Amino acid sequence: MEKNVKVLVLRTAGTNCDGETANAFAHFGATVERVHIKRLRNREVLLKDYHILAIPGGFTYGDDIESGRILANELRIHLGDDLAQFINDKKLIVGICNGFQILVKAGILPGNLDKGQAAAAAGFKQTVTLTNNDSGKFEDRWSYLKVSGESVWTKNLPKVVYFPVAHAEGKFVPSDNAVLEALKHNQQVAFTYCSSEGNAPVYPEAPNGSIEHIAGITDVTGRILGLMPHPERHFYFENSPGWNGQTKKGLLGDGAQVFKNGIEYIKGNLL
Amino acid sequence: MIWRIEIFNKEGVFDVQGDGVMRSVVDLGIHSVHKVEVTQVYSIEGELDHNAVTKICKELLTDPITQDFKFTVQKDFLPTVNLEELRVIEIAYNPGVMDPVEYSVIKGIRDLGLGEASGVKTAKEYKIFGHITDGQADTLVNKVLANKIIQHQVDHAQIRSDHFATMGNAEHEVISVDLIDAKDKALMKLSKDGQLFLNIEEMKTIQAYFKKLGRNPTDCELETTAQTWSEHCFHKTFRGNIEFEYKEKGKTKKRLIKNLLKSTIVKATQELDKKWCVSVFHDNAGVIEFDKESNVCFKVETHNHPSALEPFGGANTGIGGVIRDILGTGLGAKPICSTDVFCFAPPDTDWKDVPAGTLHPKRVMKGVVSGVRDYGNKMGIPTINGAIIFDPLYIGNPLVYCGNVGIMPKNKVFKKVNKGDCIVVAGGRTGRDGIHGATFSSGELTTDSEVVSSGAVQIGDPIQEKKVLDAMLIARDRGLYSAVTDCGAGGLSSAVGEMGQTLGAWVDLDKVPLKYQGLNYDEIWISESQERMVFSVPEKNVDEMLKVFASENVEATVIGYFTGKKKLELYYRGSQVCDIDMEFLHEGNPRITKKAKWTAPKLKAKKLPAKIDLNEKLLEVMGHYNICSKEWVIRQYDHEVQGGSIIKPLIGKNCDGPSDASVITPKLGSKKGIAISNGINARYGMIDPYWMAGNCIDEAVRQIVAVGGAIDRIAILDNFCWGNPDKPDRLGSLVRAAEGCYKFAVGYGVPFISGKDSLYNEYAQNKKTTAIPGTLLISAIGIVDDVSKTVTMNFKKPGSLIYVVGETRDEMGGAVYLDTCGDMGVNVPQVDPKAAIKTFKALNQATAKGLVNAMHDCSDGGLAVTLAEMAFAGNLGVTARIDKVVYKGKEKRDDVVMFSETPSRLVVEVSPEKQKKFEAELKGVKYSVIGRVENSPEFVIYGFKQNVVVNLFIQDLCEAWKQPLRW
Repeated sequence: MEKNVKVLVLRTAGTNCDGETANAFAHFGATVERVHIKRLRNREVLLKDYHILAIPGGFTYGDDIESGRILANELRIHLGDDLAQFINDKKLIVGICNGFQILVKAGILPGNLDKGQAAAAAGFKQTVTLTNNDSGKFEDRWSYLKVSGESVWTKNLPKVVYFPVAHAEGKFVPSDNAVLEALKHNQQVAFTYCSSEGNAPVYPEAPNGSIEHIAGITDVTGRILGLMPHPERHFYFENSPGWNGQTKKGLLGDGAQVFKNGIEYIKGNLL
Repeated sequence: MIWRIEIFNKEGVFDVQGDGVMRSVVDLGIHSVHKVEVTQVYSIEGELDHNAVTKICKELLTDPITQDFKFTVQKDFLPTVNLEELRVIEIAYNPGVMDPVEYSVIKGIRDLGLGEASGVKTAKEYKIFGHITDGQADTLVNKVLANKIIQHQVDHAQIRSDHFATMGNAEHEVISVDLIDAKDKALMKLSKDGQLFLNIEEMKTIQAYFKKLGRNPTDCELETTAQTWSEHCFHKTFRGNIEFEYKEKGKTKKRLIKNLLKSTIVKATQELDKKWCVSVFHDNAGVIEFDKESNVCFKVETHNHPSALEPFGGANTGIGGVIRDILGTGLGAKPICSTDVFCFAPPDTDWKDVPAGTLHPKRVMKGVVSGVRDYGNKMGIPTINGAIIFDPLYIGNPLVYCGNVGIMPKNKVFKKVNKGDCIVVAGGRTGRDGIHGATFSSGELTTDSEVVSSGAVQIGDPIQEKKVLDAMLIARDRGLYSAVTDCGAGGLSSAVGEMGQTLGAWVDLDKVPLKYQGLNYDEIWISESQERMVFSVPEKNVDEMLKVFASENVEATVIGYFTGKKKLELYYRGSQVCDIDMEFLHEGNPRITKKAKWTAPKLKAKKLPAKIDLNEKLLEVMGHYNICSKEWVIRQYDHEVQGGSIIKPLIGKNCDGPSDASVITPKLGSKKGIAISNGINARYGMIDPYWMAGNCIDEAVRQIVAVGGAIDRIAILDNFCWGNPDKPDRLGSLVRAAEGCYKFAVGYGVPFISGKDSLYNEYAQNKKTTAIPGTLLISAIGIVDDVSKTVTMNFKKPGSLIYVVGETRDEMGGAVYLDTCGDMGVNVPQVDPKAAIKTFKALNQATAKGLVNAMHDCSDGGLAVTLAEMAFAGNLGVTARIDKVVYKGKEKRDDVVMFSETPSRLVVEVSPEKQKKFEAELKGVKYSVIGRVENSPEFVIYGFKQNVVVNLFIQDLCEAWKQPLRW
């Protein structure tokens, strides 16, 4: 395999954050390709040729029926084996916003909740969902997030990060309490909404009514991450709403580290 | 077989949709309802058995965590019977209305491996708990749940069929219209009955043309001519002759204006002759230079009439349309941001003041905002700012301005159709949507409009347009086509007619892909079905072109070619249905002379009371609809997608301060950006449209200066929404505004690069017509060399000095403050371009040198509002002194200085250690230090008599500002 990190940014009708997501990985030297699902289904492009699968934000198929459902089914039914292999090869997956909704609805996240087994071992079954915000509307606003868990994606992040959310269906709901407890026990909760000081949030700090304010989760291995907020939209220092007047610490914003982590993990483990 | 599937929430799951409907029920004044539940209904037709439908429900239509389902064969379905305390209302789309969910469900079923569903329909079932009368139920259906233009209440007794109804397959027959021997009266009847909106001179010109040919026109030829000559497509008023009567120094004068557009707007651009203007006025959008490799283009459109009838669909397709304008500029640009401006009647308008046949302004506003949200967000184009103004005069005719900006490589700016090129139509299929949209928007709205012109309203499919965008940029970069234009008003007729203007075109209408059978040839030709683009493709590239579109799942079809015969030739099922000369179509219309008359309104200023509580007044002004926070709207738009957001519409400590221009970086990683702003104020125009133009230009430019954008790299767009130009007073005020545009564009050195006019914005009821106030929107785009040097409006540091730069005058005419006193005033603010440019250039320098902490423009509400916004956005207090303000006015009134809306002023925060350097930049500019930023929540203003005239907490100012539109 080439000595370069290869990232596949998946797209289909209605994907719309593919450009900035690709830019975020490319900034750290990865070779990034934006690939239409059609080419994967026709096997013109093979998932196994890549190290990272990124499912970006957007409105795939218009959020018709419910957000993420149609692409989730395509992945599960038509690319299920490829995905299971990809996961078992210890490669990385990240789903942002609509990408998170897709991972959840395909049952890839949170995946198997038994720490002893590989994520894909139990097959893909949906156990949590992302549903309508309590406010009943799409909202674009900036959220403080408390970082937790043990994911490769969240290494070296500060305790509290500042990313924007932009969604109508971001309320995290587990199927039952056992799932929620397992997520917490397994350190699978990666991001929770919080106040600017890292305390318990109230609306609009908690933008959607998520159970236990969950904003992002991983699989048991920490290699698959899904989150509603957009780290790629706080990639540069000047993307934040309060940058003007703050001391500049560098070119990049809070979100950049997430993508850097992905690249460094691959370089350290799979190249 | 048709299956009926119902999807509903599991016990205990919060029903967000039901909650939303519940709020609207309360808005209607119905208080007996205590709960609303919404069920999603899918009807699916196809060879599917019970197991297959179960699988579809479980794996496709239901979220297993939150939802449940039940289903039945449609013909066995027993609707819930209405009870005393429960009413069930089902709402579905009318036949022929586009419902994108249908296609998605069909695709989803295919992905499950269950074969093809032949049809899908969706509906919503509302369970209303609590007692309501039949009358209330009807009100609920008509005012909240359905818009009869696109939807209906399902009557289950009527559906007993096993198949969805399909459109009938009409017998084809070429219809010729009896025109050449018709008398004047008959000609006008033809124009009216056919919704052609042509006047007698125009009808006679057409008659003469066909007399010469010795035959009657086909219906298609007549409609094509009407569409091409429509006000919407041809801009007859702006390009025609105008006899203008006005008063100068007490004397009545008359003057003939030949082509208002060329003698004002275009003239300003020609005189300014900026090198960075790449393509102005002749393409879909104006193009200016961005950086070494790229240009940016900007266009603002209006979609007023459709939005009045069906706010969601109207605004939805308005956005879709302006985005296609950008896609069709040059060889295609990539849309990078949107800006949207609306004018409505106040949302708390009493129901009894809502005229018959119109919707309540709150519903219009909610619908318009949803329409913009739906299209913009789904396309992945950030809506980065906008404006909303309220005035009762917009009650029958709201205004919806949709703007879009695109970026394109420098070598893709020009297009040229070649003889022999194929005509390829790509994107959505053609249906009966939007027939007569172009001509419909060239007449006044009436009580009957919602019935007669309902075909003119549609719903968009943003995902279809996103696919077209994705595909066409690939094809553009491979150089596969020689020209492109969008299908907008007038449909194929307009697009192909325009592209083939010099060469001529031959089209086989049988080739156009249709949504359903049964369209006549003329309907295929003038249909305004959305999401279609027309390309001119060299024959050798056709195969690859079609392949590229297929790879993105976009339908693309060759429908004809450009001939070189200078004729428009259309065929349908073997017979010719149109054969007209392109020259007649594009140049043959009579140049009409319209009469215009401008008389200044007779206004008298009321005397302001001697004593006014300025604490109360400031809170009232903050909460005025034209000033208050638009956060409810802004947050529903994705304003950050594409990742280049630098200055957002809401910024500051708590992300709640209203910024001036918005700034984005279209190329990630580059510091080069664009700033976008708008200037609009209809109240000034009610006093004098000339000064309205000056103020709008000043405001748009000032907002860009406020963030640090250089004044010498700003281009502007004009957008005139006026009443009926056949009435001399309306046209007179339009002329006066256009002349202001010329004068001040030249004065400020900002060229117009594109524009638009929407006339006939009147609402007729019982023979009485109400015109909107002539409303000019100036939109500006500025190129920002280094976005890291821009500044935002929130106060940053306690102890900083507060400057007011620019002179304040007694200019209360049209001011928001006077509106809260029930007065219009007389002294409309006047601009002085020379002084303004001096101010703006000095502030440009100061910002570039990093001397400015924060800057905000003074506009609606004046100085007091500007200070208050900067304070609560920065979560810091203020001490300010009225007597320190550079003020030129006879009467020393605190309220005049606080609320006068004199243009060209900005409030600037500067750190004390930078005072000298900052003031050195301001040589020759009028300015003063008026106060200090405080590390406290108090907002204190001292008056002329050194007394405290305002003493408020910033939280209270912020709350007064946020409360009115917190829905």
